[in-house]
Amino acid sequence: MIEMKVISKRFGKVDPLSIDSYIKHDGYKGLEKAISNHPSHIIDEVEKSKIRGRGGAGFPTYIKVRALSKEAGKKYIVCNADEGEPGNFKDRMIMENDPHSVIEGMIIMAYATGAEQGYIYIRGEYQIAMNIMKETIKQAKDKGFLGKNIFNKGFNFEIEIRSGAGSYVCGEEFSLIESIEGKPGRSRTKPPFPTEKGIHNLPTLINNVETFANFPYIITIGGDKFAQIGTNSSTGTKLISLSGNVKKKGLYEVPFGTSIRDVIFKLGKGVKDDRKIKMVQLGGASGPIIPEYMLDMSIDFDRFENFDSKTGTGAIIVIDDRFDIFDILLTNMKFFVHQSCGKCAPCREGHIQIVNLLNKFINHRATEKDLMSLENLANVIQQTSLCGLGQTSMTSIISSLRYFRDDYFAKVRY
Amino acid sequence: MNQIKEILNKYPKEEEYLIEILLEFQASKKNHYISSEDVSVISKYLNIPESQVCSVISFYTMLSMSPKGKYVIQVCHDVPCFVNSANNIYDKLVEELGVEDGETTEDKLFTLEITECLGRCNESPVMRVNDKVFVNLTPAKVEKIINDLRGENK
Ligand SMILES: Cc1cc2nc3c(=O)[nH]c(=O)nc-3n(C[C@H](O)[C@H](O)[C@H](O)COP(=O)(O)O)c2cc1C
Ligand code: SF4
Ligand code: FES
Repeated sequence: MIEMKVISKRFGKVDPLSIDSYIKHDGYKGLEKAISNHPSHIIDEVEKSKIRGRGGAGFPTYIKVRALSKEAGKKYIVCNADEGEPGNFKDRMIMENDPHSVIEGMIIMAYATGAEQGYIYIRGEYQIAMNIMKETIKQAKDKGFLGKNIFNKGFNFEIEIRSGAGSYVCGEEFSLIESIEGKPGRSRTKPPFPTEKGIHNLPTLINNVETFANFPYIITIGGDKFAQIGTNSSTGTKLISLSGNVKKKGLYEVPFGTSIRDVIFKLGKGVKDDRKIKMVQLGGASGPIIPEYMLDMSIDFDRFENFDSKTGTGAIIVIDDRFDIFDILLTNMKFFVHQSCGKCAPCREGHIQIVNLLNKFINHRATEKDLMSLENLANVIQQTSLCGLGQTSMTSIISSLRYFRDDYFAKVRY
Repeated sequence: MNQIKEILNKYPKEEEYLIEILLEFQASKKNHYISSEDVSVISKYLNIPESQVCSVISFYTMLSMSPKGKYVIQVCHDVPCFVNSANNIYDKLVEELGVEDGETTEDKLFTLEITECLGRCNESPVMRVNDKVFVNLTPAKVEKIINDLRGENK
């Protein structure tokens, strides 16, 4: 069995709209255990677990949590449920199937850090998840898990839902903060980081939905035990959104260290109509495109760092040999043209230029000079953009120049 | 007017609720848009300039200041849907409706839009009609969905 169901173990088994059903399936046990200990103990457990963020970048979670706990005064906890990266649907699945696990994770973090206000920022397109999360918050309040003086421990915590309104960049931390404040989602320069100056310039912890859903489990089994799952650099399990030309698209949960090939062939049952794989895009539109011969690579943040991108969301998009790499690249780049917030020139102008260059290749009008221009421009956008959007959007171009160079040469006019 | 007041009164008079208010305003309209009168009402309520309200509307793709059809149809075209023949779905819609991306039919029933990933790539290709998502589409399914919607509006 290559699957290991930890975060998805209750999917289909609990009634998402019933807190009693969740409690019957060991729900809120992690919270119960958490509050019987000192808050600093929880942060120690998170550190021992070695968990890294599930939103893409794979940043060690305990560093942010500890930083927030050290801040005095009013502070915020935000669950990032913006999930706009094409190819991802894991956060939606968590919210639709086991919403209380997210709330439980947020309450544990509130207790650990002393934050009294939480937000869940859900992309506007996720109407079903939004309604479920609203109901879930109401139920948790009625049971006394949210509100004032929770478990008679003298700690207070409230959660509000905020809706996105159709903007991919709002998944980026500072854009998200701007959006929660009711403004256009244009990013800010870092530092200061959100844990220092976030919402209303107050300390703010932002974590992904899947990251929050992991906390109850970490507390229940203990950080050391959690750290034994997966690999040295990437502990625990990962939800994988498998899509594209596979026989069985869907959500799968595997321990870190599982190979991409196994996910595609053992869980996804291989390629539709038994065609050949031409390429696989990892993470989403801002992730790398790799050739078939690299599929034995394991799902591991350290491996993903070679591409310095948001590969760690766990999306695997399989593309068979009927497709041309330029069609895929053009689709990705048009996405970024639409999604650029326009604040900085490399991203605002650069993506348009990249689209023009790609069209030259597609129309067989590109020269070797255009190939060099494409390569240079991609590097400039990556290195000089203000926020994570422009810093990661070039990953598919840069990786394709590395692994599919022949496809470029085949289109160059000499 | 009463409905507008009802929506506004649900929210504290704080700037941070602007996006929530705009989304709810728009959802309450059958043409899915925020009029310039709405903008002025909202800006007075929150005590912020109208230009600030407009800049938020223009930033977010789900918000619009121009009227749309009764049904806004959004077809996803990102890679997971693209490699599952999303183009055929779009072409079928163009054929059925006689309009292209961003346009509204003459009878004001349908607006067609190409949209980004709807987070349903496990069931691609996908489209959204107002709040409802239709999955695992084929051109035949699209034809039926459109015919059904037209039937409801005879
Ligand atoms: C353009 C852009 C979009 C992003 N979208 C998301 C998103 O939808 N969900 C998410 O959790 N993180 C997203 N991120 C990453 C967040 O900025 C942030 O790193 C993450 O929410 C931190 O949570 P984690 O440490 O639990 O992963 C995005 C980043 C960028 C640059
Ligand atoms: S990189 Fe793009 S999205 Fe980010 S701030 Fe610059 S223009 Fe905006
Ligand atoms: S790419 Fe179409 S729903 Fe994700």
